[in-house]
Amino acid sequence: MPGPMGRMPRGVKIENPGKIFKRLMKYVAKNYGAHLAVVAVLIFISVLANVQGTMFIQRLIDDYIAPMLVSDTPDFGPLAGAILRVAGFYAVGVAAAYAYNRIMINVTQGTLRNVRDDLFSHMQTLPVKYFDTHSHGDIMSVYTNDADTLRQMISQSMPQIFNSAITIVSVFASMLVLSVPLTVVTLMMVAVMLLATRKVAGLSSRYFLQQQKDLGVVNGFIEEMMNGQKVVKVFCHEEANIDRFRELNDNLYHSADKANYLVNIVGPVNAQLGNVSYVVCAIVGGVLALSGISGLTLGKLASFLTFNKSFNMPINQVSQQFNSIVMAMAGAERIFKMMDEARETDNGYVTLVHVKEENGRLVESPQRTGRWAWRHEHQADHSVDYVELKGGVVFDGVDFGYTDDKMVLHDVRLYAEPGQKIAFVGSTGAGKTTITNLINRFYDIQDGKIRYDGINVNKIKKADLRRSLGIVLQDTHLFTGTVADNIRYGKLDASDEEVTAAARLANADGFIRLLPQGYDTVLTGDGANLSQGQRQLLAIARAAIADPPVLILDEATSSIDTRTESIVQDGMDKLMKGRTTFVIAHRLSTVKNSDCIMVLEQGRIIERGTHEQLLEQKGRYYQLYTGNAIAT
Amino acid sequence: MIKTLAAQIKEFKRESVLTPFFMVLEVLFETLIPFLMASIIDDGVETGNMRHIYIVGALMILMALAGLFCGIMGGKYGARASTGFARNLRQAMFENIQTFSFANLDKFSTAGLVTRLTTDVTNIQMAYQMLLRMCFRAPISMICAMGMAFFINGRLASVYLVAVILLAVVLAFLIKRAMKYFQMAFPKYDELNASVQENVSAIRVVKAYVREDYETGKFKKASQGIYDIFLKAEKNVVLNMPIMQLTVYSCILLISWMGAKMIVQDTLKTGELMSLLAYCMNILMNLMMISMIFVMMSMSVASARRVSEVLNEKSSLVNPPEPLYQVPNGEIEFKNVEFSYYGSREKAVLHDINLKIGAGETIGIIGGTGSAKTSMVNLISRLYDVTEGSVMVGGHDVREYDMESLRNQVAVVLQKNVLFSGTILENLRWGSADATEEECRRACRLACADEFIEKMPDGYNTYIEQGGTNVSGGQKQRLCIARALLKKPKVLILDDSTSAVDTATDAKIRRAFAREIPDTTKLIIAQRVSSVEHADRIIVMDNGRIDGFGTHEELLANNKIYREVYESQTGGGDFDEKAGEA
Repeated sequence: MPGPMGRMPRGVKIENPGKIFKRLMKYVAKNYGAHLAVVAVLIFISVLANVQGTMFIQRLIDDYIAPMLVSDTPDFGPLAGAILRVAGFYAVGVAAAYAYNRIMINVTQGTLRNVRDDLFSHMQTLPVKYFDTHSHGDIMSVYTNDADTLRQMISQSMPQIFNSAITIVSVFASMLVLSVPLTVVTLMMVAVMLLATRKVAGLSSRYFLQQQKDLGVVNGFIEEMMNGQKVVKVFCHEEANIDRFRELNDNLYHSADKANYLVNIVGPVNAQLGNVSYVVCAIVGGVLALSGISGLTLGKLASFLTFNKSFNMPINQVSQQFNSIVMAMAGAERIFKMMDEARETDNGYVTLVHVKEENGRLVESPQRTGRWAWRHEHQADHSVDYVELKGGVVFDGVDFGYTDDKMVLHDVRLYAEPGQKIAFVGSTGAGKTTITNLINRFYDIQDGKIRYDGINVNKIKKADLRRSLGIVLQDTHLFTGTVADNIRYGKLDASDEEVTAAARLANADGFIRLLPQGYDTVLTGDGANLSQGQRQLLAIARAAIADPPVLILDEATSSIDTRTESIVQDGMDKLMKGRTTFVIAHRLSTVKNSDCIMVLEQGRIIERGTHEQLLEQKGRYYQLYTGNAIAT
Repeated sequence: MIKTLAAQIKEFKRESVLTPFFMVLEVLFETLIPFLMASIIDDGVETGNMRHIYIVGALMILMALAGLFCGIMGGKYGARASTGFARNLRQAMFENIQTFSFANLDKFSTAGLVTRLTTDVTNIQMAYQMLLRMCFRAPISMICAMGMAFFINGRLASVYLVAVILLAVVLAFLIKRAMKYFQMAFPKYDELNASVQENVSAIRVVKAYVREDYETGKFKKASQGIYDIFLKAEKNVVLNMPIMQLTVYSCILLISWMGAKMIVQDTLKTGELMSLLAYCMNILMNLMMISMIFVMMSMSVASARRVSEVLNEKSSLVNPPEPLYQVPNGEIEFKNVEFSYYGSREKAVLHDINLKIGAGETIGIIGGTGSAKTSMVNLISRLYDVTEGSVMVGGHDVREYDMESLRNQVAVVLQKNVLFSGTILENLRWGSADATEEECRRACRLACADEFIEKMPDGYNTYIEQGGTNVSGGQKQRLCIARALLKKPKVLILDDSTSAVDTATDAKIRRAFAREIPDTTKLIIAQRVSSVEHADRIIVMDNGRIDGFGTHEELLANNKIYREVYESQTGGGDFDEKAGEA
């Protein structure tokens, strides 16, 4: 592969699988501890019943059939009694088996649900930075692929291992009772089996991880090429693509072939080693029994041989679970990694409350009053101040970089009086969007201060801060649900009238009424059935219904045609009325009547002033405005 | 469907036959071994005959070795056949997709194609391995064991036969019910994943409106719904095991009772009874296995269908029998063109297009969204075929050219363009594989891409991430233009390819075109009037028809739409300014 891979291949190595396993067990036990305890008991019962049955078959000939053979009047009574007794045991065993399998579904599905829910609710608390720095495909894969590996492990591997362990212990005990020397022989053979399994499994897990890596590369290539397939056509690059794909595909085939081969042979190897173990025991046991050294009778030897067989089976079964456990550990590692991601920190204590005025003073009110204030409890003396929410924003010497070593904003100062309209103009990468990311604290600044109604924004609780800011982004995002639901996103308890009023304000009412089900039309796939302009209008309506004192608007993109654009523009204009507005401007009409225009370049404000002032300066703004900019 | 897929087994036919062969052989040994085990007990241990134990023991070890050999071979060939089959499927699909026309691609979504090439192939691979390794093994093992049981004692063995039939019926019933729920569950699962995706990409909106808890609540509800439905499905599956156990245990007890009676009557030997009991497990386990194979198979049927759809899709565009390889010049003519994506006159997106463009002309194309600008230019490099009429390039119908030659000489910079992971040079060389670095630099100069490339730490060797995420929109567009220029095309089509480039740079690119490639016919689709007003002539599109065609001045005087657009955009145009980005 020339050059570094775009994405790190997933799941190549697991660090500290033991720790992850323990944590996973703890996680399952947290909600299903009692279930697991019951399951353990039930498995125990079911295994016991099974062993009981095996014991019966051992004794069937010696204790029940043999006496009848020598007796002249065979009495079937004891046999009938034994069969009934064993039937009883079996019945209990079957009931227990059903019960634990049934409980395990709840445990498995419930744990998966908890994993999903915990992942999601934790994800909601992560800072925007997390989403900006992680590929969405990787985030998704945690919910799908990684959660899937857990299902396999919890529902199958775990009970299987536990079941096998109990079987092994109980059979082992029975074997010890029958003959110690033969048990030793059996154990030696088991050691050989384990050694063989370890050897094969070790090799196979290496190829398995290699296969996952190759699969990641192949899938990455497929994804990239399918996305760019039309470009491939236009450039007649099909042949080159096929050759490259053949190479990657062959790599995957080779590692997958080896991985599967090794997994496949674990079963036969152990099964046949088990048969060898049987023969060895028969021979050793035969010699012992005939020489009469260790008190081993022929009857006991026969029983022992059967136990030998039932001892080898669970060992074989456990060894076959090995790979699914390796995969599950890799999946669990990624799941826990996401759950461990640091939450968005919020040390704010200033909150937003409803107020009313009584005797010239602001007083907190439990009901919606239409007036808001910041409730500022001073940390020194716990006295409480109320500052009315007006929407004044001040930036003082703000420095900011997405990473500490690369600043994108330098010494930004700006001052917005309540109700003013501030426009940002400048090239992409100049830092326009970044400034808006700072006001609502999607990102925190490295140096300087941002004050909101005179309060340092760091002191304001993030939720309250954001509630007071309306934002319309350039890339509109809509949610699956009805049109009304989408507008109501801005104010969950809004009445139908409020929804239509907001839509009317945003010029969205007209097209909504033309949709097949009007306000109840269901949108899917980020509003795929709407045009870009219509989606923008809905986003404006959504901001309108929230009725925030401060607005941040990122104007529509260039891909909207001119007529739609003027409708969108009009909607935005109506929304801006009477609010402090920060607008990232692309259009002249927006900028012209701004109270202040900031021209940004490479993270600095290089010019500021009203439209007329800036034109007079004949600087960068003038160049942009007249369209005679000279590219730098 | 099966035929389509089976054709891709190709060089793995031998493995595909050898796998079941060895698996069946393994089964034979496996069936014989309990026989020997019984013999060791009956004729060796019980009678204290060491010689017999040695002989049979040695025989058993030989068989174990033979069984091991067969097992390993079966595993080896099974792995090779299934992974090889998967490789061939992927390769065949990928190669077929490469022949797809735009119309074919529109039919399958990108995500759909990716799933077919990845998850679906993996499903088939697993099912195929199961089929080879188990599908013969399990029934034959069952039949062998049953045969042995009947050989030992027909009367007792008939108990098994009854049990097998009974169990088969019950299992089939349970599986059918479980499948019903599973089939309900999978789409819900997809929905849930879609909602996570939605949330992740809209996280700024969620946070801006402080809707984290609301979103979590919504998600939990959907998550609970999936829990409920999977629970219902699994409830049926979970009955399999106890029912199976119940049958096994009943058989054991029944056989014990009847066997005991027969032994007493001296019609059955004790060793034979032991063997019969050993076969019990064998028979019913295999039945269980068969039911599992059935579940796996039916789950992979959907995947198989989706894969064969891709394999069977035939490209809607084919080369003519005796194609032309050279496009003489950049002349373009549309004659009475009608075009519909569905191939019929209904729902046509282009109506009655008649145009003549001379070689070397610069043509601007303007019009609202949905006015079919893109559809029209796509016909020139034969990305789609006209429904009626004809499109001529260089005096010949585009359908007379070899498609590859045509597309190399008619370069399109698509609206939805992508760069591929690789260095900038590698990306540029898509345009011309053997372009020298000097030629690449020249193309970048023309496209005004040189300035930012040279500022990058690794210059032309800068690595572009998948999807071009580490360059800005404007930079990406300019790289795409440079890439197209490297083809040295006779016709160059820019489909809204400078929308993220600032007006000044846009103008600079256009001037460079006029100066450096005067003989190339240039078609420029744009939203901004400033991008087209200096073109030789401008086409105004409206609703799939040509509303006006002429110079800037003519259109300003005669064309209402053009005048409207012009007036709304003049006075400095917009501030969508992207110069000076570094």
